[in-house]
Amino acid sequence: MALRIYISRDAAAQALGADETAAALQVAAAAKGTSITLTRVGSRGMVWLEPLIEVEDASGQRIAYGPVTADDVPGLVQAGLFDAAPHRLRLGRVEDMPWFAQQERLTFARVGVIDPVSVDDYVAHGGFAGLKRAFGLSGAEIVGEVLESGLRGRGGAAFPTGIKWRTVLEQHSPQKYVVCNADEGDSGTFSDRMLMEGDPLCLIEGMLIAGLAVGATRGYIYLRCEYPHAGHALREAIEAARVRGYLGPDVCGSGKAFELEVRMGAGAYICGEETALLESLEGKRAEVRYRPPLPAIKGLFGEPTIINNVISLASVPIILERGAAYYRDFGMGRSRGTLPIQLAGNLKRGGLVEKAFGVTLRELLYDFGGGSASGRPLRAVQVGGPLGAYLPESQFDTPLDYEAFTAIGALVGHGGIVAFDDTVDMARMARYAMEFCAIESCGKCTPCRIGSTRGVEVINRILLGNEKQANLTQLENLCETMQHGSLCGLGGMTPFPVMSAIKHFPGDFARDR
Amino acid sequence: MVATELDNDANLERILAEHAGMEGPLLPILHAVQDTVGHISPAHVARIAKALNLSRAEVHGVVSFYHYFRQQEPGRHVVHICRAEACQAMHCEQTEQHARRELGVDYGGTSADGLFTLEAAYCLGNCAAGPTVMVDEKLYGRVTPERLAAILADWRSR
Ligand SMILES: Cc1cc2nc3c(=O)[nH]c(=O)nc-3n(C[C@H](O)[C@H](O)[C@H](O)COP(=O)(O)O)c2cc1C
Ligand code: SF4
Ligand code: FES
Repeated sequence: MALRIYISRDAAAQALGADETAAALQVAAAAKGTSITLTRVGSRGMVWLEPLIEVEDASGQRIAYGPVTADDVPGLVQAGLFDAAPHRLRLGRVEDMPWFAQQERLTFARVGVIDPVSVDDYVAHGGFAGLKRAFGLSGAEIVGEVLESGLRGRGGAAFPTGIKWRTVLEQHSPQKYVVCNADEGDSGTFSDRMLMEGDPLCLIEGMLIAGLAVGATRGYIYLRCEYPHAGHALREAIEAARVRGYLGPDVCGSGKAFELEVRMGAGAYICGEETALLESLEGKRAEVRYRPPLPAIKGLFGEPTIINNVISLASVPIILERGAAYYRDFGMGRSRGTLPIQLAGNLKRGGLVEKAFGVTLRELLYDFGGGSASGRPLRAVQVGGPLGAYLPESQFDTPLDYEAFTAIGALVGHGGIVAFDDTVDMARMARYAMEFCAIESCGKCTPCRIGSTRGVEVINRILLGNEKQANLTQLENLCETMQHGSLCGLGGMTPFPVMSAIKHFPGDFARDR
Repeated sequence: MVATELDNDANLERILAEHAGMEGPLLPILHAVQDTVGHISPAHVARIAKALNLSRAEVHGVVSFYHYFRQQEPGRHVVHICRAEACQAMHCEQTEQHARRELGVDYGGTSADGLFTLEAAYCLGNCAAGPTVMVDEKLYGRVTPERLAAILADWRSR
């Protein structure tokens, strides 16, 4: 029997040379006369150990080695890689590594384990069990289950998913839609991408359950064009699901139809805002819509529409499979379940950690993240993407919880944590926040369109040392106007990173340069 | 990838036919055109507008709204450099500086040899191993200036 070896096809693993490592393994195996089956899987989330390879040993255990570059392969094979022999790069079983063992992997349980586009592999690891149960429930019962699980939208706004679904269920319309927001524009975030590349069938199952719940027969995944690898994985998975009867006019012989299509974005951050996304899907400029009406009532092409983030939808299968109580028992306060957290920026051990809500920033940054990659002290972290606040060391004990973050004027958002060491210049980061808003503004309202450009100019004057105090006051007034006068979160929340930088790092604005 | 006007027409007609009957077909059509001929010209805009029963201004408005759609022909390869926060935390400004110097252009420009168009990106989803660069569809992590020089040399030799 051929020896089984697993190596990631995840974009982050490829960015560190996984394809070259895979090719080198094939060459080395052929030279040695060993027959191997190389399975490309998702990533286990330990980006600092990519390219990571796992070799099945004689007892069927998967033994990991990493990081393994193509140059390491010949030596590793010589040392007995194919017998899972000791080596300085040998890590043992991933499940036994503390970084991994201390997580609660619910949504990401299969990522890095299975062949992402194999229906058989998916089913063998519990896939489609949630859908199976959903077939036996009424729409209202499915919605009730999601409501009771306490699941809140993982795209940023943390709105209860069940309430959104109930609104769509209550609408009477021959055509309803399920739209997946896979725009993942927030910098420092990549959990949507990893899920779509590592377990796309889980997202498909979540969308199928959403369709069953509210009576929607068409789904769209709106994917940012910066993610070509995710696009390939999704299309392969959709095709595999269709061939096996999970998609099409008669899903699993239920008599219910569900069609699913991937649509590519075109490099506009504002398309992550749900109403701009719907405009874009309709083929228009992605300008934010006024509301009401809510998308749940008048969404895509004016029809009732569920629009949810990738992780929200991918969390639904396990809720249906295990029941609402199982999911709700993880977490703290009103933040129930788990959050796939992305450790990014200047960290020694960056990657994806799925934990129940309640874990503190400090645990994430030091116990998981291992401190800075540069070896210098960590000075600031930005949580929740480009619209999230910057937090100083004194706030690192805040638990990851929507309410606890709101209380300190910060944002959990999509769960991205970007760490900076003490070389960071917070006045420049504040200027970048304004610059980003100016580049990405959809242009519909003045405080955002004009205010952000003014913001860049004012911070430039502060950096040049011109009338610092007067300009700081002007910046604060400008932020006030943007926060209260903008139609959506881009203009309305850009003041968060700016004001938090001023508040927590005043020295960076005061010092002479 | 120098397609003649005639090829363009044939390609465009094929793309329009393939997207007939689709819901919200404009973005998929624009993607297909750009993937096939590299950019979206005023002539493409006029033909697409006619096929979808839209005004030219409407189609042009969409093309110009999205950063990804280009109205000019790009170089043979497109180099995207991430400028967002997680890559800044790993000093991507040094990588950006190297790219500008080696290619002799700023963002949006094409190197004199016509090989590379330089573009800014705002997160490529590789934030745990920045600085991040993408050449066409190939992604690279931990791209220091030295590594960028090696990557560009590799693409030149292809
Ligand atoms: C400027 C802006 C950008 C956003 N970007 C995203 C995004 O990239 N992905 C996402 O899922 N939600 C994003 N959102 C949130 C969406 O508007 C919306 O709340 C979300 O798609 C709802 O899904 P959820 O309830 O499952 O989170 C963004 C919001 C704003 C204001
Ligand atoms: S705040 Fe900015 S992005 Fe949002 S609607 Fe207004 S102009 Fe558009
Ligand atoms: S911030 Fe650069 S890849 Fe995400």
